[in-house]
Amino acid sequence: MTANLTTILSSKTKQVEIYRSRPTVMIGERINPTGRKKVLAALQAGDFDIVRQDAISQVAAGAVVLDVNAGVPGADEPALLKKLMQMVMEVTDVPLCIDTADPEALAAALSVYEGKPLVNSVNGEERALSAVLPLVKEYGAAVIALCMDDDGIPETPEKRLAVAGKIIERAGKLGIPPEDVVVDPLALTMGAESNAGRIALETTALVVKEFGVNVTMGASNISFGLPDRKYINSTFIAMAIHAGLTCPITNPMVSEVMLAVLAADLAMGRDEYAMNWIKAYRARNKK
Amino acid sequence: MSRLYERLSTAVLEGDAEKSPKLVQRALDNGLGPKEILDNGLVPGMNEVGVRFKRGDMFVPEVLMSADAMKEGLELLRPYLAAAGAKLIGKIVMGTVKGDLHDIGKNLVGMMCEGAGFEVINLGFNVEPEKFVEAIKEHQPDIVGMSALLTTTMRSMGYAIKAIEEAGLRDQVKIMIGGAPVDAPFADRIGADGYGSNGPAGADLAKQFVGA
Repeated sequence: MTANLTTILSSKTKQVEIYRSRPTVMIGERINPTGRKKVLAALQAGDFDIVRQDAISQVAAGAVVLDVNAGVPGADEPALLKKLMQMVMEVTDVPLCIDTADPEALAAALSVYEGKPLVNSVNGEERALSAVLPLVKEYGAAVIALCMDDDGIPETPEKRLAVAGKIIERAGKLGIPPEDVVVDPLALTMGAESNAGRIALETTALVVKEFGVNVTMGASNISFGLPDRKYINSTFIAMAIHAGLTCPITNPMVSEVMLAVLAADLAMGRDEYAMNWIKAYRARNKK
Repeated sequence: MSRLYERLSTAVLEGDAEKSPKLVQRALDNGLGPKEILDNGLVPGMNEVGVRFKRGDMFVPEVLMSADAMKEGLELLRPYLAAAGAKLIGKIVMGTVKGDLHDIGKNLVGMMCEGAGFEVINLGFNVEPEKFVEAIKEHQPDIVGMSALLTTTMRSMGYAIKAIEEAGLRDQVKIMIGGAPVDAPFADRIGADGYGSNGPAGADLAKQFVGA
């Protein structure tokens, strides 16, 4: 087994270290208009209160990093992304995960960020590798590597591992160390493909064994189209943590998921004297 | 005879892909017309799936199984339909637009449209604007369906529509769009003819387009 690498992210004032023997790092997913029509409408109307509130409440719920996505159709994405990030940085002090598919927006965001952000994301497509990795290197950021490439999303854990390896290698050639590559094995929808969960879990284990890198996942897709999603999501996230997931991108305000993460950390021996579990219990029962 | 139609509908509703072609075969053996088997057996089954899905009583995996059962039955029926000169109610070309790899929602719409009696040509995902143009030329559909799940890819729908306009094909087809980030005003803005919020709604819209 390869040694577990440490990914360091930072804001102007705060540093977050991600590694496998510490409690799971929650990356809050909510500052994202995709699939959230209320957020989309607010942003289109120039109303940013919802972004500030989402930032504050996610951090209060346990997010240690915040994902920021400004994919509003028709908007000037570079400008909007910068604006959202500045807004989030005004009300919280956590490091940010810059979430965009547009290299121009990414460059704009990186140029104003103070600290070391996580870039979301690059994949194994030639076009993405050559557009995103040089920016990651230039600004000394870390980057999420999606296990897919020009041939689409591989169906087997072994092939996804190979894509992860390709991205890590390409990053290395530019001088980006493996600890700054966070792999996303891709958790697809189990309602459409019953093996989607198993493949993501097995890919996670393989990637950890082979490269020792940190692993992220958007862990809510998995339950799309099924009833009682929060129970699926919370069980899956606990299993993924056991497999090697260290920094999921998820909604910390869903208490079932948050509790599953805390319990999984405890079960993995990452919560000394169960202090996090007890603290969370007290916080819940104070209200 | 109506009992056989009913069993066929039930097989589709229950997603029994083995039983459905067997029942179609039995109906054919009993001398029932292929168009009648489609309209009174398969289609009502899929319609009920749409109703239950919309209501939250059926879930994505079940809908996929029902679609499979529908497909198996339809495949067996298709040559008989063609021989009888029976026309499907329309033809739809659909795909998830360029840059976007999400295709569950689009496939659900496709299945519901098949269930409603359309012929559906599914172009898959990450479909370039030119691919839509080519497919219109090749298949001469009544309707083009486009899907995007990301705010970053929904604008690709506008590019695809523009490409169809530039190819001089816009007047031949109705265009419907769907996907999590889009809505009816967005459909208007990019020059589509309509928006469907889910599978059954997409099929309803398609039926409206062809006046069925």
